[in-house]
Amino acid sequence: MNGRWKFWLSGLLVFAVIAAVIYVPILRKRMKRAARLQQQSEEQARRELIQPVPMNPGDPRVKAKLFWLSDADNSVLAPVVVELPLSGDPVLRAKQVLNTLLAGPVDAELRTLPPDAVLLAFYILPDGTGIADFSEALATSIPSGIASEELAVDSMVRTLEANVPQVRRLKILIHGQEVETLAGHVDLTGTFEMNTATLVAPATPLTPQSGAVKLTQP
Amino acid sequence: MLLGVGKFEHLRLRSILRAAGVALVGAAIAMAMPQSGAPANAGSSLGQQTQPDAQISQNALRIVVLDPAHGGTDLGARGTGGLHESDIVLDFAGETRRALEQQGFQVLQTRQGNDNPSFDDRSAMANAQRGAVFVTLHIASTGIQGTARVYVNSDLPPVTNANGLIPWDRAQAPFLGLSRKFGDLVQGMLAQQFKGSPDTAQTSSVRQLRTTAVPAIAVEISSVTVSDRADLERMAVGVGEAIARGTMAFRPFYVAPGAPGALP
Repeated sequence: MNGRWKFWLSGLLVFAVIAAVIYVPILRKRMKRAARLQQQSEEQARRELIQPVPMNPGDPRVKAKLFWLSDADNSVLAPVVVELPLSGDPVLRAKQVLNTLLAGPVDAELRTLPPDAVLLAFYILPDGTGIADFSEALATSIPSGIASEELAVDSMVRTLEANVPQVRRLKILIHGQEVETLAGHVDLTGTFEMNTATLVAPATPLTPQSGAVKLTQP
Repeated sequence: MLLGVGKFEHLRLRSILRAAGVALVGAAIAMAMPQSGAPANAGSSLGQQTQPDAQISQNALRIVVLDPAHGGTDLGARGTGGLHESDIVLDFAGETRRALEQQGFQVLQTRQGNDNPSFDDRSAMANAQRGAVFVTLHIASTGIQGTARVYVNSDLPPVTNANGLIPWDRAQAPFLGLSRKFGDLVQGMLAQQFKGSPDTAQTSSVRQLRTTAVPAIAVEISSVTVSDRADLERMAVGVGEAIARGTMAFRPFYVAPGAPGALP
């Protein structure tokens, strides 16, 4: 009787160990997924709270691709996919994605634009030139430097490129005026060309590459 | 009109100034070019007999125009400890000047003290030289501490004027290839000296470079956010030596405007 009890107990222990070996990795994977989903829903909730351009809930929710820093020390942009109800109208859509870009990612260290900057106006000329007019904070609050200014412009260009194919080039104004530089370095007297390859297939994943934006004179 | 600026009312005055600049850049290059139809070594007068040697030496890279960025009321990047980019770049310019002069280069500085020449004035200093390159020095407010990046101007629309004049707005356009080579060489030297720096030069729409009609690069050091100013100052000697070595390495590739094989 005693020996049979030990036999069953040992069998049960072996079974428990085997079950744990199989189940623990699955459990770990599920926990990671749950954490990721929670982070995504926090991101979504934050977007809805701080979105200055009202989004029409009736608009189809699309996966918008926004470009922020890949990590705090790295001067490279990385795409982040956020589900947003985006308008079909290119001007409204451009305002929506640029405002989302201004709102910044969850990790504030990865933002490319100053938090107090405001998009005052956006319109598109018949030739596809998008005019983005920002408040002075864009120029005064941005960390001064070639790298940081280039990344700021690049993040706008790539975000528009990925989400608003009607915009073929971008002109940046500060408070309605053309300015010579963003914060002493990057030239704002010309327009920034979009990548035409991306215009054809906006959903194609983009490879983050610093400094690919070209400046042309008006 | 050389400059298409129609849409923005306030650009009119600037376009007039730029048009004047076209003539300046054009005149500088025209002066540098040999007389049309007269080979440089075909003359018989005494003056022309000595011309080849003089031209060879004039066509060589001899001058570095160093530009400590910002200055005056423009402080540039500001660090938490009261560091200012406009102040620190003068230290970097001093070390770079010393290293370049040791290599035999003549060095011109766009500013020596706390003044702030305009972008065009700084460019004009380089554009008036023959056998020169331009290096603008910056300190970033971001980036990995102790690293250095070299930037060359992004692509500019090609210059198509048949009269040989280069529009001031796009003075850098014919020199982009040489600037890229120069930038890569200097960046390579900086990468050896400062681990974590890129291996090749980056491109950016740097305002200062666009109006410069010589091979031109921007060197940006990270960063003014150091806790101790001495950490940044210690980089100055290494940066200066890397720029001097990079400039020496660029010398065989340099082609003066108007010389055989010149791009502009």
